[in-house]
Amino acid sequence: MLSFMARAATTTDAFNAVAEPRRREILDLLAGGERPVNDLVSLLGITQPQVSKHLRVLREVGAVEVRDVGRQRLYRLNGQALKPIHDWVSSYERTWSERFDRLDVVLEEINQKEEGDGGNDK
Amino acid sequence: MVAMTSKGSATVTLPTDEQILITREFDAPKHLVYKAWTTPELVRRWWSGERGEMTIAEIDLRVGGTWRYVMVAGGDLEVGFHGEFREIVPNERIISTEVFEGVPGVPGGEALNTLTLTEADGRTTLSVLVEHKTKEERDGHINSGMEGGMQESMDRLEQVAVSLG
Repeated sequence: MLSFMARAATTTDAFNAVAEPRRREILDLLAGGERPVNDLVSLLGITQPQVSKHLRVLREVGAVEVRDVGRQRLYRLNGQALKPIHDWVSSYERTWSERFDRLDVVLEEINQKEEGDGGNDK
Repeated sequence: MVAMTSKGSATVTLPTDEQILITREFDAPKHLVYKAWTTPELVRRWWSGERGEMTIAEIDLRVGGTWRYVMVAGGDLEVGFHGEFREIVPNERIISTEVFEGVPGVPGGEALNTLTLTEADGRTTLSVLVEHKTKEERDGHINSGMEGGMQESMDRLEQVAVSLG
């Protein structure tokens, strides 16, 4: 079956989890390696409760994992949970890239043509 | 002049629940990118990417005017899209609607697309912001590649719709 049907919208959905810009920032930061909450708080410039709230949503969908080391809670990215999004976006991205690669060729041609015409088209 | 053309790749992000943002830099001034984007003979040459041949590219470039693109994918599958121009700032911005003409039984929501061109040092950054009415419509139109087991032709149609939606 052709599957254009909308995905069920739930809060425990990786797509929802990363729809929020702050949460994407957190994921970007964690992509660089495991970090304690305090790091995230200072890097993001928002309050600890706000960061914790976002981390909770990300944990619910499995996008981040946590472990306690001494008194610190360390968060790390779980790329596997984000794979559906990665696949989804990269297929779309690939298509646009192909389209734009062709556009490059067209542009090069009309650019040369215009230079040949002495730039009259401007 | 034979310039070194540094080919960029498209970047796709999801700024909000309803949006998709596509960006790409081109080694050409913006008036030429605009020309390639709005001239039917030129659009025919790039818009379908590697997915097929375009059979129709109609562009009535004025506010209230319409556009319609049809391509044939995989030799026999026709896929059509159309919309209306809402705002036109030559060489800089075009806001238009876009509707996937779809296949029977598949709802095709109307999206609002904003093309923006900005130029620096002879290079142009192009962005297309696609805004759907709902998150479900947005996800629906690029929700592919995740379900396996589809017939090949359906798969191809979906890819095309996904790519062009």
